[in-house]
Amino acid sequence: MLTSRALIRGLQSSLWRSVCSTSALQGSHSKVVDVIDCSVPQYNNRLDTPLPDRPFVKHDQLSAEQKKLKEKEKASWKSLSKEEQLALYRMTFELTYPEMRKGSDEWKTVLGGVFFFMGFTGLLVWWQRVYVFGDVPHTLSDEWVEKQTQRMIDMRINPVNGFASQWDYEKKQWK
Amino acid sequence: MMFSAVVRLSASGIRSLARAGPSYTAPLASRCYSHAKAETDEEFDARWVTYFSKPDIDAWELKKGMNTLIGYDLVPEPKILDSALRACRRLNDLASAIRILEAVKDKSGPHKEIYPYLIQELKPTLQELGISTPEELGIDQI
Repeated sequence: MLTSRALIRGLQSSLWRSVCSTSALQGSHSKVVDVIDCSVPQYNNRLDTPLPDRPFVKHDQLSAEQKKLKEKEKASWKSLSKEEQLALYRMTFELTYPEMRKGSDEWKTVLGGVFFFMGFTGLLVWWQRVYVFGDVPHTLSDEWVEKQTQRMIDMRINPVNGFASQWDYEKKQWK
Repeated sequence: MMFSAVVRLSASGIRSLARAGPSYTAPLASRCYSHAKAETDEEFDARWVTYFSKPDIDAWELKKGMNTLIGYDLVPEPKILDSALRACRRLNDLASAIRILEAVKDKSGPHKEIYPYLIQELKPTLQELGISTPEELGIDQI
């Protein structure tokens, strides 16, 4: 009892330690952050939010030449070339509106996957039919069904609107 | 026979109601609207032009204003956009200026004639401030 409790506590503390080490709160860590700090403004690509809460490339993450371009932006924009204007746009925004609107071909993959697995299932069903199921009952053989049908006609099964009503008793054939 | 009697009865009934005095003679076009004054288009435009014309507008206010404006079920008038573009200039934010143009083009939806009209109206401002349109930068295509 005691040992298992100690085991659990040991497990919990090791789990907590691993969570702490991957936390983004460790400022000097320069590894890729999986954890998003939701307490600061986030960037997003949304058609209904043309100006997100922060620029795509954060100000302190700009390279030296990007920072120079930002300084140049403070002067007249006529002095900026098309490439520079485009660079400024891309610094602030990740995707343009057409890029946001562009769909993907993922649906083809999904549909293909669905058909593939449906086909695989079909194979399984066929195999099962051939190798697992035994013979069908003898009462479904043609011979038996013939005799059965004749008997149903003789018994006048559902003579008004149903089975026997479809049999022509004079001509001895189906109507 | 019986029906005409009924009609006659009801007709006199209505007349007697009318004779009972003016209790509730509602006007012909009566609707249950609120009695507050509805803002006219001009007032709306003026309000937004004033918003973006604030000399010391800050980046947050620009973002908030634009995101709110795009949230409305309308395409902003050129004068509002002009004011917003000038606000971008005051904030030294060319990227946002181009983004605003993209946003209104997207906002026009299937009405493809709106965006060329806006650009035509904004041309003097765009040239004055040196803002390239998304088409000139090639970002209107993927």
